Parts: sequence; structure tokens; C-alpha cells
Amino acid sequence: MPLPSKDVIGILSDNLRLRGSVLPIPKRSAIGWARDLNLPRGGETVIYTGLMVQLIPYIEGLVKMQERLGDSFLARFTPLGRWMNRFVNLSAFMARPSARTRTPYDRILADVAGLLQRAGVEFGYLYEDDLYTGALTWDLGADEVVADHARRVYHTLERHGVKQVITIDPHTTNMLRTVYPKMVENYDLRVSSYLEVLAERELPLQSTLSGELALHDSCVFARFENVTEQPRTLLNATGMTIREPEHSGRLTWCCGGPAESLYPKKALAQAQRRVEQLRAVAPEGVTMCPLCLVNLQKAAGETMPFRDISHYLTQASRS
Amino acid sequence: MTTLVNSRLVDELGRAHEFNAAACMDCGVCSAVCPLEIELLPRRLFRHVLLGMEERLVEETETIYSCLLCGLCEESCPGGVHITENVRALRHFLNTNAVGGAR
Repeated sequence: MPLPSKDVIGILSDNLRLRGSVLPIPKRSAIGWARDLNLPRGGETVIYTGLMVQLIPYIEGLVKMQERLGDSFLARFTPLGRWMNRFVNLSAFMARPSARTRTPYDRILADVAGLLQRAGVEFGYLYEDDLYTGALTWDLGADEVVADHARRVYHTLERHGVKQVITIDPHTTNMLRTVYPKMVENYDLRVSSYLEVLAERELPLQSTLSGELALHDSCVFARFENVTEQPRTLLNATGMTIREPEHSGRLTWCCGGPAESLYPKKALAQAQRRVEQLRAVAPEGVTMCPLCLVNLQKAAGETMPFRDISHYLTQASRS
Repeated sequence: MTTLVNSRLVDELGRAHEFNAAACMDCGVCSAVCPLEIELLPRRLFRHVLLGMEERLVEETETIYSCLLCGLCEESCPGGVHITENVRALRHFLNTNAVGGAR
């Protein structure tokens, strides 16, 4: 039995309103990926994570907890949990991933920064001011909470003098490029995904890779942000052979991830159906969204490996 | 059962959103392509809205929140219905009226 949607939405919205993120994560974990990279603080152009990649291991921890609670008598106490969460950050106690669990996600962020540097892009990072955009709460229809938060995020970017952001995941790209302009007056920010930047710059490559990859397009990139050609251009240049599954490009199939916060079992069933389509065309899968990555990995188990696109681009571009 | 058409619901939903349920021709393409095979979404829900049947929306809360907002239906819709934004608007309506989550 899923938890009552009212209380789950309430907890996520309360967290965004009170703590700036659907699932507040320790600052040290949020910016730890950049520890050894010496990225300049701020600047007109910044890499913007929107905490989306860093949040994944925390969301997974919370989803596991939800699955356990949903099947137990404790589900009845979810309204009380929401009330308490307003005063004490309960969600932080519920989801505490180990450093080992967080490492692959930090790797994605460090790889993307390295790719941009090798492509000759000059950029800074906002560290603790790199804020979550509110993507999940927007999807759940908590418009007023997200609108207030969007103004806070934009004000922070203005304060740092940021003119252009380079995003990593599709959801942050969509929020900053398509959703925020509808909510924030006089919004003036150039937003590009790192895949668009790298495709435009022609990422210099040092070695040729081999193998076949089933390409899973992100719904948000493909249908809402028109990012379909760039990942193909970049992967083709590495030497990898791209195999297109049933439903690809603008007609891609969802990984199930968006249903996970309220209905984890439905999300898993959808991911399993998508894995079947991908497994039919290649032994290995490539994604470009951290939510797709984690959902498909979970559904595939040992039967098929999935990696983020930044892994292959890094392998081919590093000397 | 007698149903009185109540335009308040569609007016309220449309106020802050690009809500265009009236563009839906009820052709069923959206249901045919839905990866979750959610038959009810979105065409029948939009009929409930156009008729002002608020209680039917509340009954379909789980369906409305199960939608992935993946946009495959919208990509295929011959009527140009803003399906994902419409579904998000239904969630917003439920949050602020019937379900009350985001308050």
C-alpha cells in the first residue's frame, strides 16, 4: 500500500519551504564532489548541479524507507511524521547513505567538470549557493512553494553576478530554462546543458572506445528541452556503437522515476519494462539523467549494466 | 445520475495554468501510447473537469499522481492539448483544495 500522497507531498513541500530542498542533505555531501578540483567560486558562467545528482542516494534511502513503511502499520502515522518534520528534520535521519553509495554520483559531477575543462570552457561553481531547483515539488503541483523558492534561487544567482549556467541533469535544465521564466519576473539567464556545450565545442578526444550501447533518452531532455542529437553526436565520436531501442529520441519511454516518490512499486514495474526494451538491442545501457540511471540500474540488477554518458565521454577524452 | 455542468472548476484550473482541456477531442491516442497504460488519463479526466465534476477528480487522486508527466501522450496528441501541464494543474488543484498536501 502506498503512503498517503497528501502527507508525502506535504513533507516534500515543507522541506523545500523550510530547508531549501525536498530532502535536505549535509552541505559537506552536496559540495564534496568538487573538493579537489579547485574550481573558482562564482563567475559569470557557472556549472550548476541543482543538487539533483547528489540527492539520488538520499532519495533512494527515503524510497526504501517508504516501501517498508507503506507495508506496515506505521503508515498510519505519516500525518504525525509530517507534523514533526516541520520542527525536526526527520527525513535527514531516515535517509543517510554511506560515502560508498554516494561516490558514483560524485564521480558523475567531477567527470562533467573535467569534460568542460578539457573542452576549454571557463566556469566557476557556487559551492553552498548551488541550490536545489524544486523540480520534484513542481511535478507534484506545489506551485506556490516552488515559485517562492525559484525567486530565492534566482536572487542568489543575481547576487553572484551569474549570466550563464551549465547544467548537468535534464530536470535542473528544464526548471531553470523553461519553468523559472514563467515564475520569476525579469528573468535573464542563459541555460545550457553540458551536453549541448560539449557538442557545440567539439570535445577533443584522446582514444577510441569500442562496444555497443543501448541509448536511453531522458523524457525531459528529449521532449521538453529538445536535447536528442547532442548525446548521439558525442557518443558516436567516441567510437561506441549506439543501438536505438524501441521508443527512442523524442518518442522515448519513461524510466518510471517520476512515480517513485509516491508509488515506488509502479515506478519499478515501469523501469523493468524499459530495461527489457533496452536489453533487446545491446548488452550495456547508457543514460543522461541520474534518476533514469538509478531506476534502470535497480530494475536491471545484475542482468544489464547502466552507466551515465559522462563515463564514456571521460574515458575517451582523458589522455 | 444527473450531472449539472459547472464551469467554476475549469475557470479555477485555468487561472494560473495553460489549462486547455477543451482542446481534447477524446480520440484516445494519449491512452494508447501511455507507458503505464493509464486508460483514464487524461481524456476522461478532462471531461470531468469540463463538466465541473470535482468529486470524480478526487476519486481519481491516485491516477492523477501516478502519471509520469513523461509527455509521450502530449507528443502524440493531434489536438495540441497541453497534457502534462493540464495534469500538473489537476495536482495543484487537488493540493490546494481536496487533498491539501502542499499547504
